[in-house]
Amino acid sequence: MTSQEALYKYTLRLGDTSLILAQRLSEWTGHGPFLEEDLALTNIALDIFGRGKSLLEYAAKLEGKGRTEDDLAFFRNDREYFNALITEQPNGDYAKTIIRQAIIDCFDLMFYTELAKSKDATLAGIAEKSIKEISYHKRHSFSWVNRFGNGTEESLTRLQNGLNEIWPYAGELFEMNEIDAVLISEGIAVDLNALKSLWEKEISQLIAKANLVQPESTYAHTGSRKALHSEHLSYILAEMQSIPRMHPTAKW
Amino acid sequence: MSNDSQGPLWEVFLQKKAGQPFVHCGNLHAYDKEMALQNARDLYTRRNEGMSIWVVPSSAIVASSPEDMGSFFEPANDKIFRHPTFYQIPDGVGHM
Repeated sequence: MTSQEALYKYTLRLGDTSLILAQRLSEWTGHGPFLEEDLALTNIALDIFGRGKSLLEYAAKLEGKGRTEDDLAFFRNDREYFNALITEQPNGDYAKTIIRQAIIDCFDLMFYTELAKSKDATLAGIAEKSIKEISYHKRHSFSWVNRFGNGTEESLTRLQNGLNEIWPYAGELFEMNEIDAVLISEGIAVDLNALKSLWEKEISQLIAKANLVQPESTYAHTGSRKALHSEHLSYILAEMQSIPRMHPTAKW
Repeated sequence: MSNDSQGPLWEVFLQKKAGQPFVHCGNLHAYDKEMALQNARDLYTRRNEGMSIWVVPSSAIVASSPEDMGSFFEPANDKIFRHPTFYQIPDGVGHM
């Protein structure tokens, strides 16, 4: 694999992960638990959409086939998407959405802090801009985990159920393949092995503070690095892509 | 969405720049201080409206009531001597 090809696929993976997470989060728009929180999560989804747009724009440029970020977003099928499986999992109740977000925010803050040191100037620039946004997202999701965990019996139960459901999808965030190997050797990609123990430590602390029980299973679903997805992605894409596919030449 | 599911009301004050007064800009619902601060950030500072935020529980604000208007404010109406307009400011003082 050439390094140009690896960089394209790496950027696509990051862009897809942001795009699908943002699309999932935006399902809460207008359905949040109350007005202020509705706005907060919508803001967060918008930040992540913005990051996804920058990444897919760069991926399209790297691909060099004249496609745009919109082409990549709206005219690829599920077997061409490389978003992490955790991002396509259903929102569930607010507690599940929040614990998924906390798990991802914790990972993303570490990841993009490292990516900001990348030798690829564009990726480093996008990462640098994202760090402040993700710091805020993490503050938001972590404080909600604490609130649910130290709230009522029901809020704790819902949070625990959400954690149990989402936990088997966290491990895949750290999966690497030949794309990572090529780019790590060039100082472009982040070595995910180096982040794992830091992430585990921080998540364990969060779990303890929120009175949660860490799931014992170490089983991790896998597949997204090969564009193999759970059944949920096709539904997300159907909703996200139907209008542009119906009106491919429309401008907005 | 019933009232009691949104948490208590908080008043939000924003400071545009360091040194300027905090100005009341609205209110919001939140269950605790951290949530109130985060909600204020999301609701009132999306377009760079401020550099610093105060949130205060609405219940902590003591307000005069409309009935107080007469006794509170009318006595000031006929006391124009309270305005500093009855003496000349020497030129040397410049802008005050």
